Amino acid sequence: MIQDTFERINQMVLKEFIQIFRDKRMKAIVFVIPLLQTMVFGYAVTMDVNHIPTAVYDVDRSYESRELVRRLTAPGYFDVLYRPGSPDELRDLLDRSKITFALQIDRGFSADLKRRIPTSVQVLVDGTDSNTGIVALDYANRIILKFQRDLSATRPAPAVRIDLRQRAWYNPELKSKNYNVPGVIAMVIMLTSLLLTSMAVVREREIGTMEQLMVTPLRPAELILGKTIPFAIIAFFDMVLVTVFGVLVFDIPINGSLALLPLSTAIYLLSILGIGLVISTVAKTQQQALMSTFLFYMPAVLLSGFMFPIENMPEVFQYMTYLNPLRYFLVIIRGLFLKGNGMSILWPQMAALLVIGVAVISFSALRFRKRLG
Amino acid sequence: MTDDQDHIAVKVESLSRKFGDFVAVDRISLEVKKGDIFGFLGPNGAGKSTTIRMLCGLLIPTAGQGTVGGYDINTRSEEIKKIIGYMSQRFSLYDDLTVEENINFFSGIYNVPQARKPARKQWVLEMAGLGDSRSALTRTLPGGYKQRLALGCAILHEPSILFLDEPTSGVDPLSRRGFWKLIYEMSKAGTTVFVTTHYMDEADYCDRLALIYRGSIIAEGTPGELRRKHMTADVLEIETENVVTAMDALGRSGIETAIFGSVLHATVGSAREDIPRLKKLLADAGIEVNRIEKIVPSLEDVFVTLIEQS
Ligand SMILES: Nc1ncnc2c1ncn2[C@@H]1O[C@H](COP(=O)(O)OP(=O)(O)OP(=O)(O)O)[C@@H](O)[C@H]1O
Ligand SMILES: [Mg+2]
Repeated sequence: MIQDTFERINQMVLKEFIQIFRDKRMKAIVFVIPLLQTMVFGYAVTMDVNHIPTAVYDVDRSYESRELVRRLTAPGYFDVLYRPGSPDELRDLLDRSKITFALQIDRGFSADLKRRIPTSVQVLVDGTDSNTGIVALDYANRIILKFQRDLSATRPAPAVRIDLRQRAWYNPELKSKNYNVPGVIAMVIMLTSLLLTSMAVVREREIGTMEQLMVTPLRPAELILGKTIPFAIIAFFDMVLVTVFGVLVFDIPINGSLALLPLSTAIYLLSILGIGLVISTVAKTQQQALMSTFLFYMPAVLLSGFMFPIENMPEVFQYMTYLNPLRYFLVIIRGLFLKGNGMSILWPQMAALLVIGVAVISFSALRFRKRLG
Repeated sequence: MTDDQDHIAVKVESLSRKFGDFVAVDRISLEVKKGDIFGFLGPNGAGKSTTIRMLCGLLIPTAGQGTVGGYDINTRSEEIKKIIGYMSQRFSLYDDLTVEENINFFSGIYNVPQARKPARKQWVLEMAGLGDSRSALTRTLPGGYKQRLALGCAILHEPSILFLDEPTSGVDPLSRRGFWKLIYEMSKAGTTVFVTTHYMDEADYCDRLALIYRGSIIAEGTPGELRRKHMTADVLEIETENVVTAMDALGRSGIETAIFGSVLHATVGSAREDIPRLKKLLADAGIEVNRIEKIVPSLEDVFVTLIEQS
């Protein structure tokens, strides 16, 4: 009995893969859309944040401090436009938006380095354009880390330590990280899974094979699995595709272990595949399935924190974001990539995703079965 | 009706189905003996597909009972699905899969035992005449071949009862004849075949017939019985250059007529008295008659009469 069930699901999955790889449109959804989205968002970032207007307030005026500034400006990310003579002047420049980024190196920096005691530099960021701000901080961070590593390598232990005292002004937490490629993973999984699931079911109904399936021993639950497993597999594939592409082409940092990525993706997929099934029960044609998918996808992206900070939304919309699986998955995926967060920090998001996922998939399964009967 | 229960493949009692207020099937009752070819005939929209879909577990009846292979259609559709084959009115294979992929898929879905799969596949390929096109995309096949492949995929699991909903619609006459030969062979091998059609000329292939019209069964029996019971009048066949004007002329005198291809059939009380009368009527209307004679009524004549009576 159980082998029979397994065999039937297996046949459904196999057939779905043959059909996807034979259909140009489906292939585009699987391969082209993810890479295109990564390109769009990836390049939008790097183009935006070159030539950041910068001020350097170097009080130390040592070989080391000049070397740090040289390294900072060399790759072309930062253009040093001002060399203010006092902290007040620096502040004024930021206030009047003459600069976005400021580096302050205090007296004693090189002396500390020579004596190998921990020292620090200060960076200030204009957080209004949070996008640029966070990228600037990230660049500065990496350059200073490299500087510190290089210094440690040429001198005997103990290692040199430079603390980066970073402060973002005006929007201290830089919450709208609409630049990052990890977010694209979340969006790509949503879009491809929704499209593939809803289209595949509606297509069968359109061409009449659904009715044929319904007179075979295939059970509704098996049909649902047969119509979701292939797209879950493809979603995982796309996740890996975008990750590899993001790391190789856009140098996306992986600051933590990605071990939680498959697990959280699986939980996220419960909601997405469920919504895909619901769309398939509403849409009568593939055209309608496509439109309904975008009708859901657009607001889901807008109300996720991907582009606009949730805190800046009207209150009603803020509450709506709590129902949006993308909201939670974005936090998880960014946490995993950028902050190296683990379960201890991300569990509330995981739990919320799980609750929403179970609710959506149960509802959709019920609706789907009803629609068949 | 109690001691021959074992010989009954399909049994239906006062089965109804409504769509909103519209009654598509109205309290029909029928019985199909095992191994019979049962023809379910009726014009477009009569309720044939609705009935078949209730029997296959695709639609829930609004009222009434029925069994298929001894299983209650209201409660045991899971079991029913294992013993029936169904070919819907619309072509319903995957046309973006190859012939072989379709066969593999359906034998998997029907849980054909692994050991039997190759033999069943070979059988279907031969039956459909597709031995050389197994890797052709199904959408590239000519209509008749598609139809045979669809039949093959519906009977991969060797069902004991086969439901065919207008299997020959849109197929050329030669393929239609070939298709009926297949149905006949399966019935000889013990399969019960429940087949709908609106080609009345196909009715003679069936062991028993039921005629459904506007949701109700208006006649039932073997083809011979139906001819005898319901055809008290005579049918005249008239051959003329201009069937339409002839039909108009006779219609004005209150004579029932129907066009059959290039000839006209007229239903009259008695051939002996009416042949001269019709000849005169047509001559008066200026229509030249090549031939007029009494014929054995076709089932189509029977049904035209029945439908006009109801
Ligand atoms: N799902 C439905 N909803 C509403 N009305 C329906 C539905 N299915 C069928 N009908 C109506 O019920 C009537 C019977 O339809 P059915 O398909 O059973 O006819 P049929 O005898 O198979 O005709 P055809 O030769 O055209 O296939 C028709 O008038 C049809 O419009
Ligand atoms: Mg029909």
